[in-house]
Amino acid sequence: MNLHEYQARDLLRRYGVPVPVGAVAATAEEAGAIAQRLGGPVVVKAQVHAGGRGKAGGVKLARDAAEAERHARAILGMAIKGFSVHRVLVVPAVEIAGECYVGIVVDRGAQRPVLMVSAAGGVDIEEVAARTPERIHRLAIDPRYGLLPHQALGLGLKLYRELAQARAAADIMTRLYGAVYALGASLAEINPLATTPDGTLAALDAKIVLDDNELDRHPDLAALRDTSAEAPAEVAAREAGLTFIKLDGSVGCCVNGAGLAMATMDLVAYYGGVPANFLDIGGSSNPQKVVSALKIISADPNVRAILFNIFGGITRGDDVAKGIVQATSQFPIKVPVVIRLTGTNEAQAVEILTKAGFSALTDMDEAVQQAVAKARAAA
Amino acid sequence: MSIFIGRDTRLVVQGITGRDGSFHARQMISYGTKVVAGVTPGKGGQLFDGVVPVFDTVADAVAQTHANTSVIYVPAGAAASAIFEAADAGLALIVCITEGIPVLDMTRVLPYLHERGARLVGPNCPGLISPSQSKVGIIPGSICQPGRVGVVSRSGTLTYEIVHQLSRAGLGQSTCVGIGGDPLIGTTFIHCLAAFQADPDTDAVVVIGEIGGTDEQQAAEFVRQAVTKPVVGFIAGQTAPPGRRMGHAGAIISGSSGTAAEKIAAFERAGIGVMRRPADVVGLVRERV
Repeated sequence: MNLHEYQARDLLRRYGVPVPVGAVAATAEEAGAIAQRLGGPVVVKAQVHAGGRGKAGGVKLARDAAEAERHARAILGMAIKGFSVHRVLVVPAVEIAGECYVGIVVDRGAQRPVLMVSAAGGVDIEEVAARTPERIHRLAIDPRYGLLPHQALGLGLKLYRELAQARAAADIMTRLYGAVYALGASLAEINPLATTPDGTLAALDAKIVLDDNELDRHPDLAALRDTSAEAPAEVAAREAGLTFIKLDGSVGCCVNGAGLAMATMDLVAYYGGVPANFLDIGGSSNPQKVVSALKIISADPNVRAILFNIFGGITRGDDVAKGIVQATSQFPIKVPVVIRLTGTNEAQAVEILTKAGFSALTDMDEAVQQAVAKARAAA
Repeated sequence: MSIFIGRDTRLVVQGITGRDGSFHARQMISYGTKVVAGVTPGKGGQLFDGVVPVFDTVADAVAQTHANTSVIYVPAGAAASAIFEAADAGLALIVCITEGIPVLDMTRVLPYLHERGARLVGPNCPGLISPSQSKVGIIPGSICQPGRVGVVSRSGTLTYEIVHQLSRAGLGQSTCVGIGGDPLIGTTFIHCLAAFQADPDTDAVVVIGEIGGTDEQQAAEFVRQAVTKPVVGFIAGQTAPPGRRMGHAGAIISGSSGTAAEKIAAFERAGIGVMRRPADVVGLVRERV
């Protein structure tokens, strides 16, 4: 789960990372009032789950409250990489003498959290990583011992020549590492970690991605989810216990299992079609999940045909068949439905479907070809 | 023969009285797996289905029944603890079916297993089957046939699809291993490829990968250097958009890395026969064996 910058900043402050205090606003007037309260120049920052906000015009410097209000009015409602801006963060403008990067990510190869630091922080860190990877220092942390003091100081000295600054940076790294395990984060980064003209360090931007699998342990963090930043169909799917990702094509896909769901989308493309979505109904079969899945897929106006690909293991074919029949009695499905179903309780499933006027195929390639042809005929 | 599990597998089921654990324990017993014990704290002394003794701890189960393998069906929040317990009891093979274990839990589990020399398969995996010998996990026995093709996969139902295609064509399997769809897993493609290479009863290996991470690229390099048996591969997720998690926690293209195209190219460079679709598996294996 992605957090907004203002949420990440609040959390890091709680763990003792030096983050300048700001406030979040949903209207231009509120933003102006916050700027008034802070006094002096401020920065108005769009709060969306997208990188490159500054380059998209979503981060603006304002000299006073009136200008902050004007900027907030322009930024609120703006779309950045398809995400519309509902909130802005207003923070005091800080004079910056230097920018570093500090981040922690759970690395698959190392099978550990890896701390990454660079003296070349700022908006172009991704380019630095791609072009001059030697400017990013990496350290895999052994979770049994945590980030050891000499390791943190060693990395601090890669960023700052002044010992006091290196020590301050080491302290921030240690606190960031503590926050990762305490919050259940799969990524936490500070960029930039700015040096002010008087030499103190301040975290001016923060990003945290929480591991969805940790949210049951942290109801307070789960409550930070901003569903307005997500596609409504994806929110509905998550609430129904489905994994759904909307794509641009015309063949709606309903599959059990993530790997088979991806392979089904790929096969749609192989036969010249374009998948409308990724949808995994999951392992345990429950007719209600199938009803929800069909509701979500058929609400997409681009969908011209719906393809079921079910390989029953834990998922029982008869449960899926019942779900399909129940769905059609609850709401109209206006596009052709092609069903491929094999495995557990296949015979009962075919009987249920046949009685309701559906036919079921057992071969995946045949079903995908039919669905692609039907979507094309209906276009 | 087979890899990791076979006729000498003596299995303890952690979470045997739960909904999933009890269902799959019965499936495994009816397949012929030697299920020698179950573990559910507080239910020690009971008999599962009147046959399998249940213990409070894995250590008790191992001491009494000489179990050598564990399979875990406990809920995600308790699964890491169940893996630690199995390793402490001295089990050499631990298979974790549970999906949804926090990745930070796994950063603590994996070094613990490594120090004790225990092998973990999974988590978030369908387990293993050595057809007509032993099944540990949830792979449906009905789709498998004994034979000489090894199968290793990050997926569940996609594995069933490909195994089913093999079986229908008369290409049986030595062992099928589902290594799991999480970013941090105990057993990788490379471990399985090395074991299949060493197994005298495996003639060819099918590798089923997907987007996300670099395990397939590393597997391809290992094949180039150390595998003389024919290898056939598939990568799911050619149409997946970047930055989105495709169901499996590990199936995500980060920036421009972990794409299907880059994995397919690595397979091709290593001489692995690449399936364009699951149905190609039969032709590619036949050509090479």
